[in-house]
Amino acid sequence: MAAGTFLEVKDLKISFPTDDGLVKSVDGLSFQLERGKTLGIVGESGSGKSVTSLGILGLHNKRNAQVSGEIWLDGDELVSAGAETVRALRGNKMAMIFQDPLSAMHPFYTIGHQIIEAYRVHHKVSKKVARKHAIDMLGRVGIPQPERRVDDYPHQFSGGMRQRAMIAMALVNDPQLLIADEPTTALDVTVQAQILDLMHKLQEEFNSALIVITHDLGVVAELADDVLVMYGGRCIEYGTARTIFEQPEHPYTWGLLGSMPRIDRPNLDRLVPIPGLPPSLINLPTGCAFHPRCAYEPRTGGLGRSLSPELAGSGQPGHLVRCHLPTDERQRIWREDVKPKLEAQ
Amino acid sequence: MITYIIRRLLAAVLLLFIVSAAVFSIFYLVPRLVGATPETLATRYVGRSATPETVNLIAHKLGFYDPIWVQYGRWVKGIFLGSEYDYGSGTEQCPAPCFGYSFITRQPVWPDLLDRLPVTLSLAVGAATLWVIFGVATGVLSALRRGSLLDRAAMGVSLAGVSMPIFFTGLISLLVFSYQLKWTAAGGSYTPFTENPGDWFYSLLLPWIVLAFQFSAQYARLTRAGMLETLGEDYIRTARAKGLPERAVTVQHGLRAALTPLLTIFGLDFGLLLGGAVLTEQVFSLPGLGKYAVDAITNNDLPKVLGVTMMAALFVVVANLVVDLLYAVVDPRVRIN
Repeated sequence: MAAGTFLEVKDLKISFPTDDGLVKSVDGLSFQLERGKTLGIVGESGSGKSVTSLGILGLHNKRNAQVSGEIWLDGDELVSAGAETVRALRGNKMAMIFQDPLSAMHPFYTIGHQIIEAYRVHHKVSKKVARKHAIDMLGRVGIPQPERRVDDYPHQFSGGMRQRAMIAMALVNDPQLLIADEPTTALDVTVQAQILDLMHKLQEEFNSALIVITHDLGVVAELADDVLVMYGGRCIEYGTARTIFEQPEHPYTWGLLGSMPRIDRPNLDRLVPIPGLPPSLINLPTGCAFHPRCAYEPRTGGLGRSLSPELAGSGQPGHLVRCHLPTDERQRIWREDVKPKLEAQ
Repeated sequence: MITYIIRRLLAAVLLLFIVSAAVFSIFYLVPRLVGATPETLATRYVGRSATPETVNLIAHKLGFYDPIWVQYGRWVKGIFLGSEYDYGSGTEQCPAPCFGYSFITRQPVWPDLLDRLPVTLSLAVGAATLWVIFGVATGVLSALRRGSLLDRAAMGVSLAGVSMPIFFTGLISLLVFSYQLKWTAAGGSYTPFTENPGDWFYSLLLPWIVLAFQFSAQYARLTRAGMLETLGEDYIRTARAKGLPERAVTVQHGLRAALTPLLTIFGLDFGLLLGGAVLTEQVFSLPGLGKYAVDAITNNDLPKVLGVTMMAALFVVVANLVVDLLYAVVDPRVRIN
């Protein structure tokens, strides 16, 4: 493990046997993350983003999921570790913020109860001490009058306040790894910005490693240092946020950029969707998983249909792309064809 | 919350009045429509051998010639204020709540009901305790070990339990456990708790088990379905993500939510049982409200039937009311609105 690396995922594979066949949700994913850094994992629904995050926390049921590979968290390997070891780390050293805070919080317990519970699992303190800590935490995530609202139930909070409470619950044990799964998807736009600001501020305060899982490139642009683009359970492009936004080389990433609304472009109404549907994870297309939807597939000379491309280095250091097209051709297509179109949109 | 309780209480009282009017109409009006006369009713008090004059006199004294709503009014007044009955051979005081006199025994109905209630109450409380414990425990274990041998066995047995009627399981178990093995008391050997708690327990053990078996089966299936649904909820995943031990996840988060809908069903079942566990009491010859109702119906003893029906209705309405109020305690989302 490289110095400074806090989380390292090596060749992670997660699949679910079903009556229709083996669903390979994550197929050979690798990445690294340092403290204080943010990784954005981007992809469509069913690309394996959430399955990856649940896999890191060890939340897959052993009875219906097959997990292999390695997950190193600060020197501990989690895939082969016992359930009790992973449980003790969960919520403590690594925590998660879920997408829809209304369904992700228990409707019958107060916000305070749920935060106190999270704290007391990992700290042997009295309820009174934990309660004080919970109120303090609610204040830090920007909930007004926390000493009063701590006794409210989730349904008495607004959507944005609920997500703040959810963040407070995740951060109550000072986790060093925080995974946010679509943290702003259930919120309206003005609240989204506030929550992103809050997460950014708290990450700096706690110096934690952050993984943001999203289909929204706007969120990635806001938070991420590095970006991992997933398609069909695999990484198809990996690089710094700057590289991914300014010099992306995978046709799928180009498609994602083209389908993202941007306020700095003149024609906001002309979004270009990626044609076709995400692939079935039981029967991935042969060759490159993206080839049925790829406009540049004819240029591979049939390779795209027959052979799965490897994830290989590209122009920038640390920039990885899984594509049959030669690097210089990809860069040329981006420069001359895709980029001008995006800017003209 | 206070206004909610008051509103519910008023609604419950209104409902009881409607039920009483309906029940009274069914038992007093419908026979008239198919040809029964005031004299027929009076005959039931004085017997067939009485002269027409006596019958006529009694029918007048008991007000059977009055319009039906006057009779209903008198009956309701009797319940609240008591009434006087004149059989010609002197008047008898019937203090409130007066449900009239039995046609057959000439005894007032209300003291009878009070006598029978402890039997039914003993049966219902004991059986409910058993079925809640066993039903819920079986349901939870089945849900946690879904698809296992235990799950399939429990669900198979519970399907049998739901399907077999009490008069079958009751008679079979009486035959086997009471008469062959002599482990449990024979039918008809009820002893009140106040007389001898040991005998009371012994005499009710088999009825409790038989009644609870049927209900446990139903509760096990409901609990299992509720648990499976709850365990798939997002907040269960959150609880695990917090690092809670699995036991806390399933009990404090899962079971807590899964049990709430069961509360409603339990209230209804328990209320119904208090009005008389008809089949169980009949099979085991327990002198409770259910057996009382059956005897009253068999003898066409209208005042008794009316009294026991109103008693049952009261229990169902009260049980519903209690459940609704408890729901507000259990589910905070109901409390606020």
